Amino acid sequence: MDLTTFLIQCLNSVQYGLLLFLVASGLTLIFGIMGVINLAHGSFYMIGAYMAFALSSLVGNFALALLLGIVLAVVLGYLLEWCFFSFLYEREHLSQVLMTYGLILVFEELRSILVGDDVHGVAVPAWLDGSIAIGNGMAYPVYRLFMSGVCLAVAAGMYAVIRHTRLGMVVRAGSTNREMVQSLGIDIALLYRVVFAVGMALAVLAGMIAAPVASVYPGMGGSVLIVCFVVVVIGGIGSVKGALVAALLIGFVDTFGKVLWQQAAGVLVYVLMAAILLWKPQGLFRQGT
Amino acid sequence: MHKHIPNAVWAWLAAFVLLALLPVLPEPVGSAFHQELGAKVLIMAIFALSLQLLVGYTGLVSLGHAAFFGFAAYTVALLAPQSEAGNGWWLLAASVGAAALLAFVIGLLVMRTRGIYFIMVTLAFAQMVYFVFHDTDLGGGSDGTYVYIKPEFTLFGHRLLDLEQTAHFYWLALLLTAATVGLLALVLRARLGHALVGIRHNEQRMRAAGCNTTAYKLASFTLAGGLSGVAGFLFAVQHGYVNPEILAWHQSGNALLMVILGGIGSLPGAVLGAFSFVLLAEWFQGMTKHWQLLMGGFIIIAVAVLPQGIAGGFVWLRERWQARRRSPLPAVPKPQEGTP
Repeated sequence: MDLTTFLIQCLNSVQYGLLLFLVASGLTLIFGIMGVINLAHGSFYMIGAYMAFALSSLVGNFALALLLGIVLAVVLGYLLEWCFFSFLYEREHLSQVLMTYGLILVFEELRSILVGDDVHGVAVPAWLDGSIAIGNGMAYPVYRLFMSGVCLAVAAGMYAVIRHTRLGMVVRAGSTNREMVQSLGIDIALLYRVVFAVGMALAVLAGMIAAPVASVYPGMGGSVLIVCFVVVVIGGIGSVKGALVAALLIGFVDTFGKVLWQQAAGVLVYVLMAAILLWKPQGLFRQGT
Repeated sequence: MHKHIPNAVWAWLAAFVLLALLPVLPEPVGSAFHQELGAKVLIMAIFALSLQLLVGYTGLVSLGHAAFFGFAAYTVALLAPQSEAGNGWWLLAASVGAAALLAFVIGLLVMRTRGIYFIMVTLAFAQMVYFVFHDTDLGGGSDGTYVYIKPEFTLFGHRLLDLEQTAHFYWLALLLTAATVGLLALVLRARLGHALVGIRHNEQRMRAAGCNTTAYKLASFTLAGGLSGVAGFLFAVQHGYVNPEILAWHQSGNALLMVILGGIGSLPGAVLGAFSFVLLAEWFQGMTKHWQLLMGGFIIIAVAVLPQGIAGGFVWLRERWQARRRSPLPAVPKPQEGTP
């Protein structure tokens, strides 16, 4: 492996890691703050990818499709929380696992009915369809840099909101003590609904920007969900910082695994998880960091 | 003497004797189709029973139980000779042993975690097993592999069962279900079972009482893995075909669904859950190609209205019925103590 290839694989690792972080941060947000284990989070990612496919051909403009998709995701998330999740908070994890598992089946079949089971490709928008030369005549696609940029911007935005705004303060307080926040006169039901909608929008956004690179196929939600679980477990449940570190770690292990040792690539990530669990059973970072 | 045998044992015995009659019943009821469906139910019942030990009695919610089921099924498919019938005893023992060993190894790692972590980590490990079979040529990759000839169960050179006959296979499945129920009932009455239930209620207190809770939980995990291996063995033999899909996490989700549907913490509940699940799936599949939509909707409604499962629903119905029988009676003042 020469230096240029190494550099390109590093960029790929970071890009994949950041994308994983975008999905996992939504999962972490919903779990860390509302205490709901949401298996359907992978389906949200899938919904995003299919939205990119449907909207970009409908609207004809990728940026507009992205914007529209996020708005739709927030509305959908708000409705989902209202219909299904709002009564899960008081129930045990088992009920949450089961109900969100039921939601996965429903989403998968609705997808099959509405769009069919074919694999679709989404074109990279013209204004991002170029590449940057990196020594030795190799080039790196601009679109992948754009993906990393979007993920970084969202991560920075989330950090700023959670750490430095009043809303973030309430969200952090709500994750520690629900009753206390409620008795201070804050509408916790509304807060949860908004947090859930944002969490869903993050997964949908990730699915939308990943669509041109990863293509759109049935079952894509499931595979992403499991990797996100690994991210959350390695990083430490409820820790956004942990999710970032873990996602990048997995990005590198997975990308270089595929290049260096094709056969074992699928398993390497889980070996990494097992090793980290042996060392730190609660993940790398504690909740709330 | 028979005074010491609890009612539940008689109920189980009666149920198994009645079920054993299925293949000898006249045609529309005892048809080959119904025998096959019955065997499917029994296989899933063993699978659900094994998970019930973890979820219902030990309080460990595993979302990776399909790993052991699938691993056992693959063990049969890989060990069974291609040109002749394999030795059923040896294949059954090997697949159960392999599943238990895998459960022991995974259990060693996952016992360090608890609660929500446990759910996620078991899921992730099961996915690892899935990828091992999906991505390598070990078991034919994503195409899977075949059990060409059904194994034979012989005793002193005498062939006991001809598994090519659906009735014989059904009886084998029933026998193994009965053995699983018997074993679990014994374990639950033994020291191990009491310790497990204690751990479910309050692990901290059990540990304070000097109980090595990790060892007990590991024993439970290994036993559950081995028992789901029995189901995996039967599955591979019935279908003659295994592919990575039986290791997929949907399979684990289905097992969990059966346990919850039937009622957590009850052996009959697990069997009832498997029964309802297989029949529901069969029914939905007959209705539409998109049957998972109906299944998903059913799960959501079941979670919403049946928090205690079907067994819990029965208890609730009975209580209501008793309450209604009691309520029309006018409130009779209780006779005072001491008055004649």
